Amino acid sequence: MIGFIARFEFRRLFLSPLAWTLMAGLQFILALLFLVFLENFITELQPKLAVIADAPGATDTVIAPLLVWAGILWLGVMPLLTMRSFSEERLYQRQALLMSAPVSITEVVFGKYLGLLLFLISALLPLLVTTASLSLGTSLDWGKLSAGFLGLFLMLASFSAAGLFLSTLSRQPALAAGLTYGLLALLFVFFVSGKSQGSESALFIYLSHFGHFLSLNSGLVHSSDVLYFVLFSTGFLILTVQRLDSERRNG
Amino acid sequence: MGNHPSLLQAEGLARNYDRHTAVQDYHLTLEKGEILGLLGPNGAGKSTTLRMLSGTLAPSQGRISIKGIDLLEQPRKAKRELGYLPDQPPLYHDLTVEEYLHYCAGLRGMKKSDLPGAIERVTETCALGDVRRRLIGQLSMGFQQRVGIAQAIIHEPDLVILDEPTTGLDPIQINAIRDLIRKLAEDHAVILSTHILSEVEAVCNRVQIINEGRIVHETRLGNNEPGQVYYRLRLGNPPETSCIRAVRGIQAVTEQYRGNYLLRLDDEEDSLKALTRAAVQHGWGLKALCPEQESLEQTFMLKVFQETSP
Repeated sequence: MIGFIARFEFRRLFLSPLAWTLMAGLQFILALLFLVFLENFITELQPKLAVIADAPGATDTVIAPLLVWAGILWLGVMPLLTMRSFSEERLYQRQALLMSAPVSITEVVFGKYLGLLLFLISALLPLLVTTASLSLGTSLDWGKLSAGFLGLFLMLASFSAAGLFLSTLSRQPALAAGLTYGLLALLFVFFVSGKSQGSESALFIYLSHFGHFLSLNSGLVHSSDVLYFVLFSTGFLILTVQRLDSERRNG
Repeated sequence: MGNHPSLLQAEGLARNYDRHTAVQDYHLTLEKGEILGLLGPNGAGKSTTLRMLSGTLAPSQGRISIKGIDLLEQPRKAKRELGYLPDQPPLYHDLTVEEYLHYCAGLRGMKKSDLPGAIERVTETCALGDVRRRLIGQLSMGFQQRVGIAQAIIHEPDLVILDEPTTGLDPIQINAIRDLIRKLAEDHAVILSTHILSEVEAVCNRVQIINEGRIVHETRLGNNEPGQVYYRLRLGNPPETSCIRAVRGIQAVTEQYRGNYLLRLDDEEDSLKALTRAAVQHGWGLKALCPEQESLEQTFMLKVFQETSP
């Protein structure tokens, strides 16, 4: 049943012009950034790096910063994708359809989450193709590239789990989007503030997504970073189930 | 009854919110072929009752079983046997009727191979054949309501719960939905909530009147309660309603408009004698006192307003 709900949610996202517009806009901006980084690499960095032994290659100087930008841009995109998940169901009283059907709340939540992940994968594919196309002209560090994409995917998956939970709190999709954006932006600010000189804080960096993502993006796959995202996502999914169940119990 | 469990059995249902009780001591036993009308003024607790019966809201107390399966302990198994239309149809406006019904059928655990046949059958029953490839958002209210009913019956449940299915429809659409509900009762049991009395008289064979969260009257339609007589009374100089209520043998009084009352009497002869005597003694200016055939409207007015008036 989880798979059935996931396929439905995935297809429905593609029915909305919003998702197409967001994907097209995102891809356009990332393609521009890709060109900027590539241009910079060819004209500025390559001649300097050529004389250094074990110098960083295109993976470090083009792909890694592109993935960081992708992560930052998704901060604004994700709330718009997750806002409809439950708040719109409440707005149009469609929760009654799910609650009166022989499916558990856990199946509904995981089905919707998986639908978002499928969408995420299809939105990341063009970026993967763009970056992998560099291998036509240079040799890429595939391990680093995979770690970077794994980090980006895990971070965005955790964004969706948070967005899914926050969409259960309101009937208004715009309010749900605002809440999600607020939370994600706060976590980003934690990272910036934790890194800033004079007020460095290891705790803030640990709490933020970006510290863990940057670690993966630099090619270091620490299980603690992966675990952070898994725990963050699972935590919010459990909260979502709890919230919906309390609604069924308390009205 | 024997070993065969009732299609729906609800015992001692109650629903409490923070400070008020929305429903208390609700009970119901329903069998196949019955159409139960749940009648009550706005805010009486009808929707809360239906939400509990459909498993979308947990009761604070009591138990519900569908074909002997406990809805709270085995929700997945019990919910296979029920279809529910809330007061606002749970539709996806960006899907076509066919896509939507496909989703609803899948959600109810129907096999993929059974879906085309089920969609065919339900679009025919609900007269949706002409619009099955149109977007739901583009359909009129009447068609949207029918799509809502179609999702509730696509998996052929034994119990169909419809919350105010004719709200916002024009008279032609209302008739079409009523015909559909009568047709449904041939194979299902139907619970229908409404605050429109004529709707219950038109389609239901059982009725429960709910007021302030409690069942105040329950009957099979067409059967007057034995030993109860209804009279219409008109007075030129009307006293307080409580003075009329105080007359011996008068069970209930409802003032329909100034000086006009509907009365329920215990014993026709004694009550009438006492009433005319009281009218003369107190100078109420008796203008008319005539027997009245019981209708659902009278029962409703007497039961509900007797409850709410001091």
